[in-house]
Amino acid sequence: MSSLTDPAGAPTRRQRWLSILAKAPAERLEALWHALGTVPDYSILRRPEIGLVMVKGRVSGSGSAFCAGEMTATRAAVRLTTGEVGFGYVGGRSPRQAELIAAIDALGQRPEWQERLEGAVIAPLVTEAEARRRLLASRSAATKVEFFTVAREAGT
Amino acid sequence: MYVAVKGGETAINHSLELLADKRRGERSVAELSLEQIDQQLSLAVDRVMTEGSCYDRSLAALAIKQARGDLIEAIFLLRAYRTTLPRFGDSLPIDTTEMLAERRISATFKDVPGGQVLGPTFDYTHRLLDFSLAAAGERPLAPTAPTEEPLPLPRVGDILQRDGLLEPPSQGDDGHDLTRQPLMFPASRPLRLQNLARGDEGFLLALGYSTQRGYGNNHPFVGEIRYGHVPVSFVPEELGFAIELGEIEVTECDMVNQFAGSHDVPPQFTRGYGLAFGHAERKAMAMALVDRALRADELSETATSPAQDEEFVLAHSDNVEASGFVQHLKLPHYVDFQSELVTVRALREEVERRNREAAAAAAALDKAAE
Repeated sequence: MSSLTDPAGAPTRRQRWLSILAKAPAERLEALWHALGTVPDYSILRRPEIGLVMVKGRVSGSGSAFCAGEMTATRAAVRLTTGEVGFGYVGGRSPRQAELIAAIDALGQRPEWQERLEGAVIAPLVTEAEARRRLLASRSAATKVEFFTVAREAGT
Repeated sequence: MYVAVKGGETAINHSLELLADKRRGERSVAELSLEQIDQQLSLAVDRVMTEGSCYDRSLAALAIKQARGDLIEAIFLLRAYRTTLPRFGDSLPIDTTEMLAERRISATFKDVPGGQVLGPTFDYTHRLLDFSLAAAGERPLAPTAPTEEPLPLPRVGDILQRDGLLEPPSQGDDGHDLTRQPLMFPASRPLRLQNLARGDEGFLLALGYSTQRGYGNNHPFVGEIRYGHVPVSFVPEELGFAIELGEIEVTECDMVNQFAGSHDVPPQFTRGYGLAFGHAERKAMAMALVDRALRADELSETATSPAQDEEFVLAHSDNVEASGFVQHLKLPHYVDFQSELVTVRALREEVERRNREAAAAAAALDKAAE
C-alpha cells in the first residue's frame, strides 16, 4: 500500500510510533508516560471504544485473502488545547492504553515534543521489544535440530 | 390434551445459584485467576479463541472459567460477546513469512532454509503421566541458544512453487465474510476456509482422519507447520495509513498433496491450508486436510466421501450451532410429544382392531371347516 510509507519506502514517524506504542505492555507505557512529568492538557475527542477487527489470512500464506477470525481492539482520539488531534489504536481491550497512545500521537505532532518523546518513550519501548524478541528467538533456537550423518557420529 | 404451563421460575433461579456454587467448587481450594488460566491452560485459551473466532486471551480465559472448563460452552460465550461489539474494519492480510517462529517444521524437506525448529511440542513426550506436576515446585527456565537477527522464514511451498511442482494459490479477495452473509453453496475457497477456521476441532479431526483412511484420500505430506507471533496491521480510516495493532500468535499448516493431474493441469502437487489462533497444530492440520478434500470438484476428482461434500462439511462444522440444535431437545416438547402420543395410540388401536378381526375371521373359518 503506497500510502503506508513515505516516498523513500521507510515508515513515517507517526506510523512507526503508533505501531510501537500499540505493541507496548500497558503498564510499561503508563509508567513511561508518568515519567514524562507535566504534559500539555488534552480533551477526549472520542472516548475509548472497544470493537473488533477482522484478521485476514491468505490461502497457503500467499494466496487469496480470507477471514481468519476477529480480534478485539480499542480506539480513542484526543485533542490538545493547541489543536493537534491524536489517534490511538491498540489490540485487545485497553481503554487507558488507547487514550495514552492518542495523547502521545497528538503530542508527537508538536515539533518541540518529538525528540523528547522519541528518547523517553519510543526508544525504551523499542529496546524492550527487541529484548523480548531476542529471548523468544533464542529459546526457539535451542530447539533447532542439528542433523548428523552416521559418518560424523562415528568421528570420521 | 393441551394445558398451558407456567412456573419453574424459582427452580430456575436456584439452579443458576447452584451452578455458580458448583463453578466455585470447594471453598477451601484457592480460586482460579484469569492469569492462571491464560498462562497455565494456554492451549485451552487458544482453542476457545480459534473456534470462538475472536482473539482475546483474557476474554477466552474468562469464558473458560465461567463455563467451568467446558470449552464448547466457553466458545459459545465468546461468540455471544463478540456480537455486542462494533466492527472497526478488516486487517491487512497477515504475512506469516514475517513470523517470529517458536516452532517450524517440515516433513518434506530435512534441510529446509531456516532449519527444523521443534519449539514447545508434545511430539517427543512419552505420554507418561508426570506425577511431579502433582506437587508444587518451581521449574527451571528453558535453555537458550545464541541466535542471529531473526530473518524472514521462506515458505517451503514457495520454494517448490518456483519449480512448477506445486500449484500456486489463487489470488484476490472476494470480500465474503460468514459473520456478515449467510453461508451459500457452492462456497468459495476463502469462505470455506473461514468456516473451517471456526469449525470444531473434533469434527475436522475426524473428517481429516477419514480422508487418510481412504474416504477421499489425497496422499498428504506436511509441507510445513509454523507457530509463532505475527503483527496485525490495520488502516484506520481517519489515518489513511497502516499501523500495527499488536502481535497475535497463530499456527499455520501448509499441506502438500499428490495430484495426478487432469485434462488441463499436468501432474503436480496440490495444497491444503490450515490456520488457527494460538498454538493449535492438530486443528491446523485437520483443517488443511479437509480444505484439500473439499477441492475435489475444482481438481476434477470424483467426490465420493463425506469430507469432499461441501454442504455436509460446512453445514455441520460449527460446534455452537451443532450444540444448540442437539441440546434444544432438552427444552419442553410437551405439546409435540402429546400429539405424537395421540397418533401412536390411534395407530396401535387400529392394528389391534385389525388383529382382533383377523382372529375372529380365522376362528369362523376353522369352525366352518369342522
